[in-house]
Amino acid sequence: MQNSKLIMEVCLLAGKIMLKNGAETYRVEDTMMRMAKAFGVAHCESFVTPTGIIFSIPELEQTKLVRIPERTTDLHKVVVVNEISRKISSGHISVEEAFKQLKVADERNDHYPTWIQVTAASLSSGCFLIMFQGLWVDFLPAMLAGGLGFLTLLWIHSLIKIKFFAEFFASFVIGIVAYSLVYFHFGTDLDKIIIGSVMPLVPGLLITNAVRDLMAGHLVAGLSKGAEACLTAFAIGAGIAVVLSI
Amino acid sequence: MIEQWVTAFIASAAFGIIFNVPSRTLWQCGIVGAIGWIFYFTLVQYEFDQVFATFFASVIVAFISHIFAKMYKTPMIIYSVAGIIPLVPGGLAYNAMRHIVLHDYTKAIEFASVAFMISGAIAMGLVFSEVLNQVFVKKERSMRHTKMGNPS
Repeated sequence: MQNSKLIMEVCLLAGKIMLKNGAETYRVEDTMMRMAKAFGVAHCESFVTPTGIIFSIPELEQTKLVRIPERTTDLHKVVVVNEISRKISSGHISVEEAFKQLKVADERNDHYPTWIQVTAASLSSGCFLIMFQGLWVDFLPAMLAGGLGFLTLLWIHSLIKIKFFAEFFASFVIGIVAYSLVYFHFGTDLDKIIIGSVMPLVPGLLITNAVRDLMAGHLVAGLSKGAEACLTAFAIGAGIAVVLSI
Repeated sequence: MIEQWVTAFIASAAFGIIFNVPSRTLWQCGIVGAIGWIFYFTLVQYEFDQVFATFFASVIVAFISHIFAKMYKTPMIIYSVAGIIPLVPGGLAYNAMRHIVLHDYTKAIEFASVAFMISGAIAMGLVFSEVLNQVFVKKERSMRHTKMGNPS
């Protein structure tokens, strides 16, 4: 029976990694249940919200809680945990081995290097400009504004761990850069440039996940994700608004 | 049109990088995004309603994501996230905010409600496709069962 304590730890750790890195609520619950079942736990309950997981195995008479203080989008980790969960379901690895692999996955940090991320953000800003019927003249200005904005987001987020401020300042920078580029005639259409460069910050994933969770009946998760999305949208809007009202 | 294909592909793949998708799946992310966007773009050009076009495009995105998820044994979220990014109403949300700054609240509400409807349409599309998929898979499974049950 002491093994079931470890089973609990494994399930919780897997859930924590997935939730922290942007998986949908129902997927987290599903994965945890599946893992527990594969380890031979007949019955278990899990309650997942974006800020915490409560997991309980009745036959152990034990319930545990994990707090999720910060959430990002890092789909690589979701993929890794998914692979581990598949291995568990097919019975390829033991509880101890799974725990070890999950620990490694949690601590490993294989992001793309910062310059690639910034390049990607600025490229997508330029492309969005074209997709929204902008002119090719504005391609470079949008790239510049989008890249600088994203760089600001990363930089401020590494200084203060409050997402709202990082997003606010990032969109403020985008506004300033776009406005001055148009002012000095390097760009033509201010609106299109701003829309294109703001796209890397827009909480598209959050909004759709929120509505999806609501439809699936995860009311608490859906509402709190919706609140987070609204807060992000508000931060971006406020940053731009400050520039526009100057 | 080629312009739209290429830019949608690059934008979606670039978003894959921002979301830290494994590098081997970046291509697929781009493809899903490009196909979704082209559907949306064509429908809007034929003067369909924006909300309907978004719904239809996100059904397509989710469908292709399912196929890729099965093919490459990865969670579907990787592809669907990158795929819906071009459909997200960033421009509308921006316009809403802009009109609030200009104290034109009626226009702002107008833009905001369309933005809300479109994000609802994206989510509806994803869920709709998932339901279809589940029904289909169940049918297939039960058919297989009956085949195994009565060997003829």
